[in-house]
Amino acid sequence: MLARNEIMPEQLLQQIVNGLLIGFMYSLIAIGLTLIWGVMNIVNFAHGEFLMIGMFASFWLFTVYGLDPLFSIPICFLLLFLMGVFIYRFIVSKVMKGPMLAQLVVTFGISIFLSNLAVYLWTPDFRLIPPTILQGTWDFGEINLSIPKTVASLGSVVTSVCLFLFLRKSKTGKAILATEMDREAALLMGINTERINSLSFGIGAALVGVAGAFLSTYYYIYPQVGGLFGLIAFSIVALGGFGSIEGAFIAGVLVGLAQTLGGFFFDPAYKYAIVFMIYLITIWIRPQGLLGW
Amino acid sequence: MKNLSPKHVTVGLAVLVLLIIFPMVVTQIFPLQIMILVFMYAMLGVAWNIMGGYAGMFSFGQAAFFGIGAYTSSFLLVTFHVNPWIGLIAGGLVAALVAAAIGYPCSNLRGHYFAIASIAFAEIVRVHFNNWTLVNAAEGISLPMLDESFINFMFHNSKVPYYYIMLAFLIIALVVCYFVATSKMGYYFRAIKESHDVAEVLGVNVVRYRLMAIMISAFLSAMAGTFYAQYVLYIDPESVMLLAVSVQIVLLSMLGGAGSVMGPVIGAAVLIPIAEVTRVWLGHKGTGVDMLIYGFLITIISVYQPQGVWGLLSRIGNKIK
Amino acid sequence: MNKAICLDVKGMTKWFGGLAANRDIDFVVEESEIVGIIGPNGAGKSTLFNCITGFYKPNSGKVSFFGRDIYRMRADKICKLGIARTFQIVQIISDMTVLENVVTGALLRFSTIGPAIDKALDILAFTGLIDKKSFLGTELTIADKKRLEVSMALATQPRLLMLDESMAGLTPVELRQIIDLIKKIRSQGMTLVIVEHVMEAVMEISDRVIVLNTGKKIMEGMPKEVCSSPDVIQAYLGDKYRVVC
Repeated sequence: MLARNEIMPEQLLQQIVNGLLIGFMYSLIAIGLTLIWGVMNIVNFAHGEFLMIGMFASFWLFTVYGLDPLFSIPICFLLLFLMGVFIYRFIVSKVMKGPMLAQLVVTFGISIFLSNLAVYLWTPDFRLIPPTILQGTWDFGEINLSIPKTVASLGSVVTSVCLFLFLRKSKTGKAILATEMDREAALLMGINTERINSLSFGIGAALVGVAGAFLSTYYYIYPQVGGLFGLIAFSIVALGGFGSIEGAFIAGVLVGLAQTLGGFFFDPAYKYAIVFMIYLITIWIRPQGLLGW
Repeated sequence: MKNLSPKHVTVGLAVLVLLIIFPMVVTQIFPLQIMILVFMYAMLGVAWNIMGGYAGMFSFGQAAFFGIGAYTSSFLLVTFHVNPWIGLIAGGLVAALVAAAIGYPCSNLRGHYFAIASIAFAEIVRVHFNNWTLVNAAEGISLPMLDESFINFMFHNSKVPYYYIMLAFLIIALVVCYFVATSKMGYYFRAIKESHDVAEVLGVNVVRYRLMAIMISAFLSAMAGTFYAQYVLYIDPESVMLLAVSVQIVLLSMLGGAGSVMGPVIGAAVLIPIAEVTRVWLGHKGTGVDMLIYGFLITIISVYQPQGVWGLLSRIGNKIK
Repeated sequence: MNKAICLDVKGMTKWFGGLAANRDIDFVVEESEIVGIIGPNGAGKSTLFNCITGFYKPNSGKVSFFGRDIYRMRADKICKLGIARTFQIVQIISDMTVLENVVTGALLRFSTIGPAIDKALDILAFTGLIDKKSFLGTELTIADKKRLEVSMALATQPRLLMLDESMAGLTPVELRQIIDLIKKIRSQGMTLVIVEHVMEAVMEISDRVIVLNTGKKIMEGMPKEVCSSPDVIQAYLGDKYRVVC
């Protein structure tokens, strides 16, 4: 633990920058989760595994076809979208009317299945995509901005903004928002809420798949990587307010900052414990989160 | 909740007799080890069931209580030479207190929110134990080899005494669960599971009863933890406080039938042998096939038979009537 | 003969954000009375119930039950003191049988199951559900679910029973059954406050009627008076209508 007078302003600034960079990535991951949660009230415990699949998709596209991760983004989006829709149609939709316990457990089952499928197909080895177009760091005095991280982060922001616009401006997007706010009213307006469910699950998966593609540009890729990210996503969704896209965006950044600054001021080993603490405190003190309703 | 019928009692006694004879007939180590694990997970499932299946608090963090029990008794043994049986009770009490401390602020949480809170809690505990020098952090605690005796809760030559002890623990847990289920507490738990409003409007102090459920569940889970420590003689946060263990407990309870006394026992009896056998035959190469099948099974069961085996048997039983 | 004051509500006020769902409501209920509360949708009737019975925390006001202050008391404590209620959306325990549901209510006054079962069987005989005692909650019709909810409330041995729209969605035959049940309950000495939309029923069974509109009490009186009051008619139907009652 650093004493007060030992902290250089540059070190602090570096931590803040790092926090923002990881925060924007977290935002994108959490937005997919909050969309699924808001629309159909189901917690996707397999969300981290969708991220992992996105990362591996990007990895294999690079390794086999030489496709730079940035260009494989649309493919990852499509792939994860289809996977999400498939999983919803053939598995999740069937437990929607079932007992709460089944709804909780089914996505756990999918998560275990997917992570071990990855182990089976690709071994538990850690992999890394070597630096391609983007490499190196931008240096601003004492502050280092890793270029891959920055690009990934900006890419996440752009994707998030695209989603906002889609939800607010397009007809389908508005239908999704309507279903999220009041399912019955949406049904009465003639919105096919089953289709919206499929669509939302697909989009949620696609978003986190894209986040995976971005993440794969600098992060280790391995079957179990999803676990922690998935759990962190829950804290973010809670903080932002279940179902609130804007909330998830802001909360993602806050959690990223909390993680890096918490690790900096306290013990780095506890940085994830801090994130979980955020979930508990939010849910105790302000259950609707920052922007939830 | 139906009371025991003579038919149930007879079947129960017959099974008990078979279980008692089992180690005398089957002497290979592997089946014995599997049975011990089945009993232990069954006990954890029964403990989970009291708060989850009955009171509707679906916890995915039972491993925290299991671990707290294991760590309390082991720490007391290693540091203060406290007898493991006393450590057992101490572990249960510590777990119950921690359960109350975390349960109280979570009194309003239901469904998904409670589930995630339980995961958050268990992960915080695990991270803490991984870094707590008092309990050797990630290195874990190795239990000393004491003289073999019942008092010392240690047996070196054979696993058979462990088998009988774990079976006895399981029976204790089942008795507790049965009394809870057929008492006023059991009715109130089931009302709380339905909704807080319906419980309150009938005069139930929801906070108090939720705490009772959590504390009983934690105490029993901690007992199993002490057993595990004495059985394996080594514990560390990655083995006793893992999310995967917590999830396993929920899974087997659901498979067997949450909300029934014997459900988790059936679930453990089915799931643990499958998991162990596939792990040995298919998993040793690290290919993950065993867990793959496991995940697949869980998904299928959630979709097609969420009431579990017990639910299936009850439906068949009702049709026969 | 002076009857005891069962429920005394003064100045009940509840805000949701900028909306006053209940504004300064006063009323008194005497023992063994049946008081009906009517008013158009959104008038604040269920909010009033929730504020009195501990399910909402009101912003200000006073409530006393047989002289005992119960303002902002916890819901389960209020039930123990002797106020039972039903909900607009029926609240029963769906995984339990009819008998088990009522036993759960009866257990408030007993610590063991045996006597609670006896009490529950008595209640079910009284409310006419005894033949369906082994039905699961999920297997009941809406009318039977409502009757079960009333049975559960009665099992807690209350002195005041508050019914929130018990008659919504019933056929004429079922309606007659529940009206008769309510009369039977009152004949045992129970005090009742009922929120209702079904006008003929309210007028038939109430001793007095209170009318709410947009959170305020706009009138109180005998059923006939209330029925023909122009203010009440305007509240429900707007300005254009007059009714001959």
